[in-house]
Formats: sequence, structure tokens, C-alpha cells
Amino acid sequence: MKNSGTLKVTTPTDREIVLTRVFDAPRRLVFDAFSKPELLKRWFGPRGWSLVVCEVDLKVGGGFRFVLRGPDGKEMGMRGVYREIVPPDRSVHMESFDDYPGESQVTAIFVEQGGKTTLTATVLYPSREVRDAVLKSGMEHGAAESYDKLAELLPALA
Amino acid sequence: MSPSQRLDATFAALADPTRRAILARLSSGEASVTQLAKPFAMSQPAISKHLKVLERAGLISRGRDAQRRPRRLEARPLAEVTVWLEGYRQFWEGSFKRLDALLYEMKTKEKKGARTKR
Repeated sequence: MKNSGTLKVTTPTDREIVLTRVFDAPRRLVFDAFSKPELLKRWFGPRGWSLVVCEVDLKVGGGFRFVLRGPDGKEMGMRGVYREIVPPDRSVHMESFDDYPGESQVTAIFVEQGGKTTLTATVLYPSREVRDAVLKSGMEHGAAESYDKLAELLPALA
Repeated sequence: MSPSQRLDATFAALADPTRRAILARLSSGEASVTQLAKPFAMSQPAISKHLKVLERAGLISRGRDAQRRPRRLEARPLAEVTVWLEGYRQFWEGSFKRLDALLYEMKTKEKKGARTKR
């Protein structure tokens, strides 16, 4: 199943990052995959990282706690508080990372059409500096991941 | 400037709506300071200050014409920002690829479940 290039990332304002992605499943299933720990553990996180702690209290005022562990044993923790939950239509939560200052607001909207779901996730950061720091760390991970893929491909080319 | 400092300068330059509007104007061709000042309710020195920031970030350069000194858009720093976004995109796309596989499995399970119920 090849469908790279379907994720769109835009920065409509100084403090936002917007992710848009289509999934080939009804939104009921996509919403579940985004909110049930046993499902989140199967996909959430960069390659080589696993979700070792995943607790979700899916209600307004409730929250979540995630800890990701990397291949070198490094851990990255994050937590959030739900502001709005309308399954399977939308959710709004505040999110923060243990190692970074600042809290961001994440609005996820799930739109279903013809059995496919379009997710639009808008992340609103407290300042441009925080947003840019996040983009920068994403670049480092992203670059590492593409080098991994390249390394996988090289034996096939040789 | 290091690549990281250059990226900081590019993002700082892009953070201002007037500067983004100037870049949008220059994307349709070079223009003099007077021409650039016209659509904005701003003095020429104020526009010149914005142009200096854009120039320092390498987003614009000056043309050869000594009298008009037209400014023009430089594409390379914008391409670097695109690369940056691409890294962030790949970070998430890795997760979403696994989610694709999981959703496929969930759909299949549901179909099977519906069949056995019948």
C-alpha cells in the first residue's frame, strides 16, 4: 500500500502548524485509533520509538499521558487535557512535552466522505519561537528516518 | 551564518505580514522601493527597514540598475524552509503509515464480524 505524499503540512499563521491527511477508513475507526490506548500503542510515534506509557481518560477535563521510548533508550514524555470531545467528529486538547516549555492547543477534525476520512489537525503554539523549535526537532527526526529508509534501499540497489 | 541561524533569520523575516506581502509582490517580478511602498500606507524609511530584514535573511537581492535598485525575490531560503516542513511531514508520515495498516486490519475485522453475525 503506497501512498506517500498524502500528508500535507502547512503554516497558515506564525503560531500554527496544520496537518491534513486522508485515511481509507470510516471516521468512527479513525477516531478510535486516535483515542484508545491499545490502538494508539500500535502506531503512534516515529519509527523505532514505542509508546511505553499510554493512559487516556477520554472526557472533557480528563487527560492523557504518553511516554515514547526511542531505540537508544531515550524517553520522551507528553501529557494533555481534553477541552472538547465530540466522537467521531472532533476533539480539542491542550498538549505539552516534559522537556519543552509551552503548551499547545490541538484541534482535530474528522470528516468522512465515501468511506474515507480526512483528518485536519491544527496545532496552535503559544509563540512563533515554540512552533519553530518543534519544526526544527521534526526536521532532525524526519531526516534520520529518511536516511534509515535509504540505508534499507541500498542493498537492493547494489 | 550557520544553516540553523540562516533558517532562524528566514523564519523571523517571514513572521511579519508586511514582509510577506512584499515577498508576494516580488514573486510577480522585481520592483523599486517606491513601487513597493505604494500599496502599503507606510513611509519609504519604514519600507526600507523591512527590506533590510528581508535582505539580511537572503530572501531578496538588489538588481543591477544603479538608479532604481530594484529588489527581487531569492528562492533558495524559501526552499530551505520547505525542506524543514518536509522533515516534520516525514516525522508524522511514519506514524500515519502504521496507522493505515492498523485501520485496514480494523476494517477487515469488522467485515468478518458482520459476516459471522448473519
